[in-house]
Amino acid sequence: MELTLLNVVIAVTIAIGFAALNAAYLVWAERRGAGRIQNRPGPNINGPLGLLQPPLDGIKLMAKQLIIPGGADKALFIAAPVLAMAPAIVSFVTLPFSDTIIAHNLNIGVLAIFAFASLGGISLLFAGWSSRNKYAVMSSVRAVSQAIAYEIPMLVTVITVVLITGTMNLMEIVEAQKGGIWNWYFFPFTSGLYNPLMTMSFLIFFICALAETNRAPFDLGEAESELVAGFHTEYGSMGFGLFFMGEYANIVIGSCLTTLLFLGGWDAPLPVLSFIPGVVWFLIKIYLIIATIIWIRWTFPRTTIYGLLNLSWKILIPLSLFNLLLTAGLLKVV
Amino acid sequence: MSVPIRLQPDETFILNVGPQHPATHGVLRVKMEMDGEYIVSAETVIGYIHRMHEKMGEIKTYPQFYMNLSRMDYLGALGYSHGHVLLIEKAAGIEVPERAEYIRAITVELNRIASHLFWFGAFVMDLGGFSPLMYALQDREYILDMLERITGSRLTYSYYRFGGLYNDIDDQFIESVKKFIPRMRKSLKKYHKLVTGNIIFRKRLEGNAILSKETCRKYGASSAVARGSGINYDVRRNEPYSVYPEFNFDIPVYHECDSMARYKVRMDEIEQSLRIIEQGIAKLPDGPIMPKKAPKIIKPPKGDYYQAVETARGNFGIRLVSDGTKNPYRLKLRSPTYSNMHLFDETCTGLLIMDALAFMGSLDLVIPEIDR
Amino acid sequence: MVTYFSEIISGLWSLVLGLSVTFVEFIRPNVTVQYPYEKLEMPERFRGHIQLIGDEEGRPNCIVCMMCQRACPSGCISLSGKKEEGQKKKTLNSYILDFTTCSLCGSCVESCNFNALEYSKEYNLASTRKEDFIIDLLKRLEEQNS
Repeated sequence: MELTLLNVVIAVTIAIGFAALNAAYLVWAERRGAGRIQNRPGPNINGPLGLLQPPLDGIKLMAKQLIIPGGADKALFIAAPVLAMAPAIVSFVTLPFSDTIIAHNLNIGVLAIFAFASLGGISLLFAGWSSRNKYAVMSSVRAVSQAIAYEIPMLVTVITVVLITGTMNLMEIVEAQKGGIWNWYFFPFTSGLYNPLMTMSFLIFFICALAETNRAPFDLGEAESELVAGFHTEYGSMGFGLFFMGEYANIVIGSCLTTLLFLGGWDAPLPVLSFIPGVVWFLIKIYLIIATIIWIRWTFPRTTIYGLLNLSWKILIPLSLFNLLLTAGLLKVV
Repeated sequence: MSVPIRLQPDETFILNVGPQHPATHGVLRVKMEMDGEYIVSAETVIGYIHRMHEKMGEIKTYPQFYMNLSRMDYLGALGYSHGHVLLIEKAAGIEVPERAEYIRAITVELNRIASHLFWFGAFVMDLGGFSPLMYALQDREYILDMLERITGSRLTYSYYRFGGLYNDIDDQFIESVKKFIPRMRKSLKKYHKLVTGNIIFRKRLEGNAILSKETCRKYGASSAVARGSGINYDVRRNEPYSVYPEFNFDIPVYHECDSMARYKVRMDEIEQSLRIIEQGIAKLPDGPIMPKKAPKIIKPPKGDYYQAVETARGNFGIRLVSDGTKNPYRLKLRSPTYSNMHLFDETCTGLLIMDALAFMGSLDLVIPEIDR
Repeated sequence: MVTYFSEIISGLWSLVLGLSVTFVEFIRPNVTVQYPYEKLEMPERFRGHIQLIGDEEGRPNCIVCMMCQRACPSGCISLSGKKEEGQKKKTLNSYILDFTTCSLCGSCVESCNFNALEYSKEYNLASTRKEDFIIDLLKRLEEQNS
């Protein structure tokens, strides 16, 4: 697609629509899912199956007053929720949903998304710092150290994939995995490259995606039993709403990336099934991953800050580095 | 922005945890001096829910004050009532029928399980896991329904009377208890699979907040806090009361001294309570539940009386100084969590805030019981 | 080195076990009661606030012996009665329960020797006004009779 103004506007509108819709209904799905896990129905009053709950919640949040605490850094306080939401939306522009549905096919798609994702950490820092609340400051410091610790193994695993494909273009990465489940990169003996450790890389990437999006068991930033609500303690109204939506939009991006890099994107698991449009496969895959993320959240307790850093520096980084070396070696041999 | 900010490396700040904070489970306030996320010193501030139970004990007659005991600890109310009735029976010389004592033991142990289940759920929620709370509450609900059927209330039971019980139990209650025991054993297995074995949970609790034997002794800690530090002390065994000597049960003791040990002690206690209930149901004698000549007006003779019981939260002591009138001269309540909580100030120095709050969860604090 | 890897493997396995537990719970039926739509029956011995028991003609059994008032630890019962001419017993004039201080202990019911008090099964007792909790039990009995 050409990069004209009209196209950009359309793409961004669709991206915002998709992100907002996902954010709203993932909250619903999460609450229903949590309810099922805990043997209770979850929200079921408003509308059939409680489907009107998210819009009503949105209306409630919008109707509330945005209170800026005394002594807060106003500019940063207002900028932070916007910063949490904006990069998530921009990332959607470069994410391909099938071989035809993509807003703008960037050559460095992977890199762009990681660049945007790093902004998320800054928004948490801004939010925590500007709201002049001790809990919020502690939470934002945690969030930043967590972001630094987890971007490294995440990028190293991405480099592994980039090494294999030789491109940073997301479309081409998916093209390289075409032809069924045994060609996807999470499969231990991906055709053409017999690397048994790719499943481990997939797991590492998934764990890092959890940590990057501040999801349980790595939700140290908003550890509600310790830091009250973490960085958004002081936020009410739509400021809180934007953080919330940003979190869910980030989950969608994380699962999209996992799908594109390791699960073959829109490729059908068996070539026989390729009559079903690619976008359907893609959506099935990302929602399966999101369901897993929700499932994990309602099962595990939270890690500690040092447990989290230990996991990253002592386990994830060495293992991902080892796999990078192994892949490089295998590429030379095969 | 021309003035450079001077960094002070030894700068600390004060963090007020509570009185309204999700981790304190009530109106407890902890004033923490923090160095980043590390606690330099902490001071627990209590008294936000002080209701003058001891003073009320002096101005009310014995049967009137009895109702207050259930309000001290809303999770394990029966244990506290038990202590009070045992004390007054001892003081006034009232004979208790055996059936009544057995029913008391059964209901106290059921209540202990309910209390431990709630603690288990709340503790895991302190650590960030939400679902175990809901599973624990399901089992607890079963116990509360059983107790509600026979006592008429779900939390503040007021079931015992001086000399016996208010109501007898029926066959339906016995049936439901018999059904409950295997159900609880199954649930325990589930909890161990879901929580105890979990690597995140273990990493958080193993080695967290080491409490030495000496510290426990110094502060008079009891219950799982002391037993998790290797002190084999349980009032049911060391100062036997009621019909506990008739039962065959173990006192779980762990020597690791960390939060995991305290957790394990409580989980094992659920199993031991189940054993006691099983034996109690099997041995339950027939007979009256109130003595034939229960005195209408309680007037213990002049003197000094003391009774300790093992409640869900530990060694609950109650001391009565009687001057021979209808009201006590002085009634002192020694609440176990009061002693257990004061360990917190000393032990949490140097811990991260999240470890300290996990430690606080492992103490099983019930704030109304501390403040009385 | 071996412990390093075995810890990773056993840790991962414990996580999988945990996930299996929640998955089993996921497919189990709900256990909750949808309160305003379904209601549970209160058990027979449920201790609600007290109410008067009437005889066949609807008159209260109470003979104004004041035992309940004396037994109450919080002083929330106030009742009065007078002796009608030609009758042996006193009749009840008013019986006010101040529910704001009542702690539902049931001492009053136990102290009553004339079968005049019982527990109601009412548990929906929320209100924004204090006056709603000053309950006139005599009026309540009349309402129940009619």
